Parts: sequence; structure tokens; C-alpha cells
Amino acid sequence: MYVAVKGGEAAIENAHAWLAEERRGDKSVAELSVAQIREQLALAVNRVMAEGSLYDPDLAALAIKQARGDLIEAIFLIRAYRTTLPRFGVSEPIDTGAMDCDRRISATFKDLPGGQVLGPTFDYTHRLLDFKLAADGEVPAAPVRDTSPAPVPHVAEFLNDEGLMEEAPHDDTPPPDLTREPLEMPADRALRLQALTRSDEGFTLGLAYSTQRGYARNHAFVGELRIGAVPVEMDIPELGFSVEIGEITVTECETVNQFQGSKTEPPQFTRGYGLVFGQTERKAISMALVDRALRWQELGEDFVGAPAQDAEFVLYHADNIQATGFLEHIKLPHYVDFQSELELVRKLRREAMQNTMQEAAE
Amino acid sequence: MTQTSDYNFAYLDEQTKRMIRRAILKGLAIPGYQVPFASREMPMPYGWGTGGVQVSAAVLRPEDTFKVIDQGADDTTNAVSIRTFFERTAGIETTTTTGDATVIQTRHRIPEEPLSEGQILVYQVPIPEPLRFLEPRESETRKMHSLEEYGLMHVKLYEDISRHGHIATSYAYPVKVEGRYVMDPSPIPKFDNPKLGDMAAIQLFGAGREQRIYALPPYTNAVSLDFEDHPFEASKADHPCGLCGAEDSYLDEVIIDDDGTRMYVCSDTDYCEGRRAAGFVGAMAQAGDGEILTTQRELEITA
Repeated sequence: MYVAVKGGEAAIENAHAWLAEERRGDKSVAELSVAQIREQLALAVNRVMAEGSLYDPDLAALAIKQARGDLIEAIFLIRAYRTTLPRFGVSEPIDTGAMDCDRRISATFKDLPGGQVLGPTFDYTHRLLDFKLAADGEVPAAPVRDTSPAPVPHVAEFLNDEGLMEEAPHDDTPPPDLTREPLEMPADRALRLQALTRSDEGFTLGLAYSTQRGYARNHAFVGELRIGAVPVEMDIPELGFSVEIGEITVTECETVNQFQGSKTEPPQFTRGYGLVFGQTERKAISMALVDRALRWQELGEDFVGAPAQDAEFVLYHADNIQATGFLEHIKLPHYVDFQSELELVRKLRREAMQNTMQEAAE
Repeated sequence: MTQTSDYNFAYLDEQTKRMIRRAILKGLAIPGYQVPFASREMPMPYGWGTGGVQVSAAVLRPEDTFKVIDQGADDTTNAVSIRTFFERTAGIETTTTTGDATVIQTRHRIPEEPLSEGQILVYQVPIPEPLRFLEPRESETRKMHSLEEYGLMHVKLYEDISRHGHIATSYAYPVKVEGRYVMDPSPIPKFDNPKLGDMAAIQLFGAGREQRIYALPPYTNAVSLDFEDHPFEASKADHPCGLCGAEDSYLDEVIIDDDGTRMYVCSDTDYCEGRRAAGFVGAMAQAGDGEILTTQRELEITA
């Protein structure tokens, strides 16, 4: 005997209780602390901060713990939290030229002022599983030497001096705010970059890769990649000057792209730009390539129909919180809509069968 | 959700609510027009009713009584989740009785019981753009709306008729509002479409992920698109409700045994319960345990 389904509330509570138990896992294994995640899974923490648009390593680590390591779920937790935060003001633009670089490399010049600094990179590691880590994660201290804090100028400036680099005119227009205004097309570059910096790493990587394989190819060189801490300053109206309120680590990537010139521009190098919270190098490079592909219009290039050129396509589908929500919502009950489809398909089939039978009889 | 006191009434801060209310007012002033709004990330996923939740949060007052339905039912999991969310963040009264609610948030249904003045019906909308599946670009569809260029939609409906003999849209069936904007009524079955027009209650539509709000003020004209020789037809399963015997309600089809035996019951659980409490008894409610009076085999197309 069928009775109308009841018990959704109890089912949800029980599911949550089971989830909490699964999250903790085997209790004979020590529990992870938020500090352990923050210190030892730092790149996961960085990704959550970047795509969550909230710079707070402790909260990101907490979100990763709560999400059982599902980074998109963790990003979602951070996004939902950040919307509840009051907005006190807007910082001054950070000066990445004054960055205290942990890593700074250029693929376009063998050596340059400030030098090539590899920093803590996986780049030249051999990807062999280190079974020592399974037993004991202790490592000897890395060698240290004193360095003089010399300025590390941006590589693009050297090309700029020669007039080989497209100019990036100074612009004081306040950028639009993606989190406070609905995204509307056409989107200017500031808005596009804002969307890209919080876009899904995988999606952005795939798009960037597609440009390398010929879908709107733009011949990118990594002019410079730098990772390090920059001070954040905020103008305090009561004081009349800006004060340093903290420090964030960011990854900045400037690509130098070959450009044959167009109807409107002479042959020169053009720029793609990526700036992402934390040590998030793959994302920053991807962002720079996609940024460059999206600039086809202002550079007078042809639209070749490549996905990475299509701002509507890129910006409306790059946010993993929007994407995963809409994708996963098809798990929700749809039996009302499905019922109306059932009725329709039955009706259409009935008519089609009748027609076939009639034709056979004739 | 344990430290709810840290959040403002109905979760959103007052500035955000004001922003949403402005969009709602604009929507009411231009019925059927999609107003862009700066949708916020909510603590439930996009696609699970964040647009409806934000609209509800913006219109709810402490004295309101709130009802949430999903597929017509108060007890489906997501309806339970949203109702609990507002119980916790707004501390408001909730109800399952349609007539007692001042604000009703719904997904995919309009309640069977006619709504009255003073009530607000809030729809959760997945894709607010009725032209989206004909033209994927937002920049293009906005242009089409502003030029009132709806030929593409009529061609689509006409092609359905020439191919199938019927308009092959059974839910999210587009309506024209006050002779101007073509509007997506959210994925309600087309059975519900006639209730959209001339409704006494305010109807608000919220699409969180797509950042759009639109509205139908009370007693607004909303006509389902059709052709003179193929008039719009509100359809439902051709059965009475097995539990309450209602012949006028939208029905869900339920498979009740391993042989695939079907049963049809009201999708609006409050309507069905109300009728049963008033003494109406459907054919299958009389049956003994496990015994089925009427059976309906799958796809009786040869009949």
C-alpha cells in the first residue's frame, strides 16, 4: 500500500550524521588538525583561497577538512562564508614589483636583473614515489644563504623600453566588482581577469591548453612568473594616508605573445596576464593564456570561433561553484517535469503506432 | 548552521536585501522582464534554489508564515532543507497548509488551492531565459527581448507541430506577459500554466546562478504561447488521485510493486491531505494491504 512519502527531515539528519562519521574516518587513526592541513597541504589551501576569493589559510584549511578533501566543496564553503562578511573598504592596488620573491623565473631571458630564482618548485623533481615519506616525513633543513634585498623589476619593462611591447596605459577607472554586480556582457578586461582569477583551475587549464594546440593559438612565452609576498595597504580616511594592514602571497604571470600586427596595431609583443592568490602557478599561467586569447577584439585579431576567445562562453562557465551546483542539481527530484514528459511521450507514441497500424491495414 | 545568531535575520545582510528588493520592484514594474541582480553565494548550491532563497530572504518579515514545496510536496528533501534554513536563520513560523502561508517558495509547481491577495509565491528558476535553448548567447537573447523578436520561438513551436502533431513542450512552457515579454514560468508542468495569469497573489521568480529576478504582479495577463488551430492545452495524467480521488489535480505516477504496477497520486501533498481529511477517499486508499484495485500497465499504446 502506497502512502505519500514522508520522512525527508529524518533522512536528511541521518545522512548528515553518517557523513560526519565518514569524514572522521577510522578513529584509531589520529585526527588531522587544521594546522597540519594549512602547513602540509599548502597548495590545496592556496587553491581554495584563490577560487574561494578569500585570503585566509586557516579558514581554507578548515574548509578542506570539513569537505573531506573535496576542494570544490571546500571552495564552496569559503564562498558561502565570504558573502556574509562585512566590507570595510577597498585596498590600494598591490605592487607586485615590490614583491619579496620566493620564486621568479623568466623563460624569455637567460639572465636578468633580480636573477632567476627557482624557489620551492616541483619542476625538476623526478616524479618517483618517495616511500620514505610513508614512514617518516622528516626532512633535513634546506641550505640557506644571505641575500641582499635587491629590486626585482618586471621583465616586461625591458621590452617596453625598446617599444617592442604593447603599451599598457595607466588607467584609474575603478574596476567593476564581480561579487557586487551581476556579470553582464560585454565584459571589460578588468572584469574578465577578476572572473578568471577565481575560475576553476581545471577549466582554465583546459582552455589555455586548447590555445596552445591551435584553437586561437597565440604563441605565449612566460615572460615572467613570480611568487612571493606583497604588502596590502589600505587608505584610512581618518588618517589621510594608507597603512599596511597585512601581507599576502600571490602568483603573477606575464606572458609575452608574438603578434604579427593587425589592421589597427603594428607588429609587437602583446601581453597576457595572470594574478592568483597563493602559490598557484599552473592557474596563473593558464589565466594569462586565456586572458590573451580573450583580447582578440581590442588587438584587432580575427575571431576564429575558438572557445578560449569567446568571453561569454568562458566567463559564464568558468566558475566551478556555479557549474557544480547546476550540474549536481539534476540529482534533485524532477518527477513532476518527468511526469509531464511521460504523458507527452506516451501520447506521441500512441499516435505514431496508430498511424503505423493504419498504414499496414491499408 | 549551529551558530545562527551570527547571521542577520533571514541570513542575508540588509544591504543585500535592499539590492534584491530593488530588483524585485523593478521586476514588478515591468512584468516578465528579467532584471539582472548581483546574486550572492548562498550556503546551498547553485541550482538548488538559491534564487528563490534570496528572493524569500528579501521579502520575509518576522511575522510571516512560510511554506516550501518541491515538486508540490512539503516533505521532499530539498523543501525540508530550505524550510529548515529559514526556521534557523529567520526564526519564522512555517506551515504546510497553503492557505495559512504568507510566503510560499516553490520548485516546479503552483499549489492546487487558489492563492489569495496578500500571499507571495516565490519560484526557484534554473534557466530564466525562455529563448536560451534556441540561442545560447545572453547578449543575443537580451537583444531579442528588447526588439520583441520572438519569431524564433514561434518557429520552434510550429516545427514541433509539423513533426509530432503537438507542441512537444510539456513543462517550462513559455508565456507572453501583458502582450510584451515572453517569459519562462520555471519548470512547472504546463498543467499549471493557466494559474499563472490573473493570479491574486504576487509571483516572484528568482534565478540565483543566472543572476536574474522577474515578477508577475497580481492579476497580470500571462498567456501560454499557441496557435489558433493548435490551442494551448493543459494536460495531466488521465486518472483520479488514488488516495483522495481528486480529478482536477496534477498527479505523480508511482511504481508500487515489482510488476511495475502504477498508482497516481496528487503531487500537491497539502491538497491531497486536505481532501482526505474532508472525507474524500480515492480508489486505492480503500484497498486492503498490498491489494491494488486498479492497475495501470506501462504504455498501453495498443489500447
